[in-house]
Amino acid sequence: MAKYIAKRSALAVATLIAIILLLFLLLELMPGSPFNIDKVPFDTRAMIMEHYGLDRPVMERFAKYLANMLKGDFGISYSLSKKTPITALLAIRLPVSIRLGVQAVLLGTIFGLALGMAAAIWHGKAMDTIATVVSVLGVSLPSYVFALTLSYFAGFRFQLAPMLYQASSPIYSSVLPTISLSMFTIATVARFTRTELLEILGSDYMLFAESKGISGAALFFRHALRNALIPIITVLAPLIVALMTGSLVVERIFSIPGIGSLLVSAIQANDYNVIIALSFIYSAMYIFIMLVLDILYGIIDPRIRITKEGE
Amino acid sequence: MSDLILEVKGLKVSFATKAGSVNAIRGVDLELPRGKTLAIVGESGSGKSVTAKAIMGILSSNGAIDSGEILFTPKGEGTLSLEKLSKKQFRKTVNGTLISMVFQDPMTSLDPTMSIGKQIIEGILAHQKVSRAEANRQAVELLRLVEIAEPEKRMKNYPHQLSGGMRQRVVIAIAISNSPQLLICDEPTTALDVTIQAKILDIIRSIQESMGISTIYITHDLGVVANVADFVAVMYAGKIVEKGTADEVFYDPRHPYTWGLLSAMPSIDVKEEELYTIPGSPPSLIGEVIGDAFAPRNAYSLNIDSRIEPPMFKVSQTHSAATWLLHESAPKIGPPKALAERLEIMRRRNG
Repeated sequence: MAKYIAKRSALAVATLIAIILLLFLLLELMPGSPFNIDKVPFDTRAMIMEHYGLDRPVMERFAKYLANMLKGDFGISYSLSKKTPITALLAIRLPVSIRLGVQAVLLGTIFGLALGMAAAIWHGKAMDTIATVVSVLGVSLPSYVFALTLSYFAGFRFQLAPMLYQASSPIYSSVLPTISLSMFTIATVARFTRTELLEILGSDYMLFAESKGISGAALFFRHALRNALIPIITVLAPLIVALMTGSLVVERIFSIPGIGSLLVSAIQANDYNVIIALSFIYSAMYIFIMLVLDILYGIIDPRIRITKEGE
Repeated sequence: MSDLILEVKGLKVSFATKAGSVNAIRGVDLELPRGKTLAIVGESGSGKSVTAKAIMGILSSNGAIDSGEILFTPKGEGTLSLEKLSKKQFRKTVNGTLISMVFQDPMTSLDPTMSIGKQIIEGILAHQKVSRAEANRQAVELLRLVEIAEPEKRMKNYPHQLSGGMRQRVVIAIAISNSPQLLICDEPTTALDVTIQAKILDIIRSIQESMGISTIYITHDLGVVANVADFVAVMYAGKIVEKGTADEVFYDPRHPYTWGLLSAMPSIDVKEEELYTIPGSPPSLIGEVIGDAFAPRNAYSLNIDSRIEPPMFKVSQTHSAATWLLHESAPKIGPPKALAERLEIMRRRNG
C-alpha cells in the first residue's frame, strides 16, 4: 500500500507541473494584459511589463515561477489588490472556501446516504417517492438556480437564515450556501445509494446471511451498506469536483469572500498570478481528493486492497 | 415412518408481480423421516427452490405462503409450525441453528467484503454464547472438517481468493456451524466443475452421517439424486407429481413426466443418436391451471387430463403419483420402450 501511495503521489506532482505549464501557455494566448488601461500611455505600460518580468519568454517565466513556488511564493497580485502577495490573499480566502466545501460535502454525503438508505428500506413506499422527487430536482436544477431561489425565499421572504455571508458568524451565515452547494451531491448520492442497496438487498449473499440467522441492523450495516459504499465512493469523486466548480457561482450569489469569487474576478482582470495560483489550488485539491478516495476504496474493498499490495 | 423431522402439508405460495399473482407452489405435500435424505427434482421454474425458501423463511418480500403447514420437529422437542413464525423469530430460533441452507452458486453466496473467517464466526456468534476466541477455534475446526488445507491461514482470506469448490466448502462450513438438524442443499454442485462435484457431495454426505443431519437436496441432476437420496419427489409446475423411495421412482416410475426426465438422462448402456428432450415448456403459473398442468406436453395424456387435475394415486405404501394413468379404468400404459429397456438393465446391474 505504501508503495502504491508513493507511486500515485509522484504521478500527482508530475500532473500538477503539467497543469501549470498548460496554464502559462493558455494565458499567453489570452488577449490583453493585467495593465490594459487606456489612460496609461503605451511606454509606461511597457515599462511596467518589464518591471514585472512579463516581457520575458514564456518558458523562462515558467521556470522562474516553479522555482518560486517551491519556496512557497505564488507571486503578487497585479491588478485586483495591488502588490499584495498572493499567499496573503489566500491566507484569508482559502479557509472560507475550504470550510464551505467541507460543510457541503459532509451534508451532501450524510443526507444523500440517509435518503438513499431510507428509500431502499421502504422500497415502493412514500419515502421512496420522496427520495426520487428530491433526486430528480437536485440533479436537474443548476446550483445557481437553486441558490437564487433559496436566497430569495429562505433568506429574503421568510428570513430563516442570513441572505449574505458575514465573517462574524461564519457557520450560521453559510447555512444557505451550504445547502445550495450540497443539493446536487445529496441527489446523486441518494440515487446511487438506493439503486445499489436495492440490488444488494436481493443478492445471494444477503439471503445466505439471513439463512445463517443474521437480521436487522447487523445484516443491513455489516453486509449491505459496506458493499454499497464501493460504487458510491466512485461517484463521490466527480461530485466533489462539481461542488468545487459550483462554488464559483454560489460564492458570488451569497457574496462569500472565498477563492471561487476571487478566481472569477481574477479572470476578468487578467490577473495572471492569481489565476495560476487558484487553478493550481483547485487542481491540487482535485488530485488530493482522488488519491484519498482511492485509498478509501482499498480500505472498504478487499479485492482492490489485495491487488494493490501485490503491485 | 412415524418419526418425521419435516412435514409439509398443502403448501401454497404465490408471488405478487406486475403481470398478476404467480402461483409458484400449488399445494405441496412432503414428508422427511429423521436422518434421511430427500431429493426434490424438476426443471427450472417447477417451484423446487421456492419450496426450499418457504421452509427457510426467506421468501422474497413479494412472496407469501397462502395456505398449508410446515411442521418441523427438532429432536426431543415439540413440533414447530414454521409458517406461523415471524421473520425475526425465524432468524433467531430456526435459521442457521435448526435448519441451514447451502446455496447454488458459491461465487455469489459469500459476502465479497468480509473475510471467510469473519463470515463463519458471525454465524456462530449469532446462535451460541461463546467468546470470540472460542468461535474462532470452532471456525478453524469447521474449515478442517470440510477439508480445507491450512485452515488458520485461510480464515483471513476473502471469497475472491478462493476457487469455486473451496467457496462451496466454506458455505457448507457456515451452514453446519451450529449443528443444524436439517440441511437444505439447493443445487449445491450445479455451478461447480464436474471433478469437484463428487468431492462436495462426499463432504456433505460424510458430515450428514457423522452429525446425523436430515437433508433435502434440490436438484435437476438425476445423477446427484441417484447418489445421495433415500426419497425422491418430482415437481412439476408447483406440484409434486410423483414421490417415493429413490428405488421406486428410479426403477418403477409411473408419471409420464418422470418417464420424460429419466429418458432425458444420458446413459452409457444404450447407443443413442440424439438425447431425448421433453417437448414444449412448462405452463405459465399466473392464474389457475385447469386440468393436469403437464397434459399439453404429455404424449400419453387422456381426455380427462384437460378438465380435471389428477389426484395422487398410491402405488405402494411409500410410492404415489399424480396421473390419471393410475386410475383403475385408465388404459394400461407403461413407460416408453427405450426407457423400459434401460430401466431393466439398471435394475439387473444394481440388483
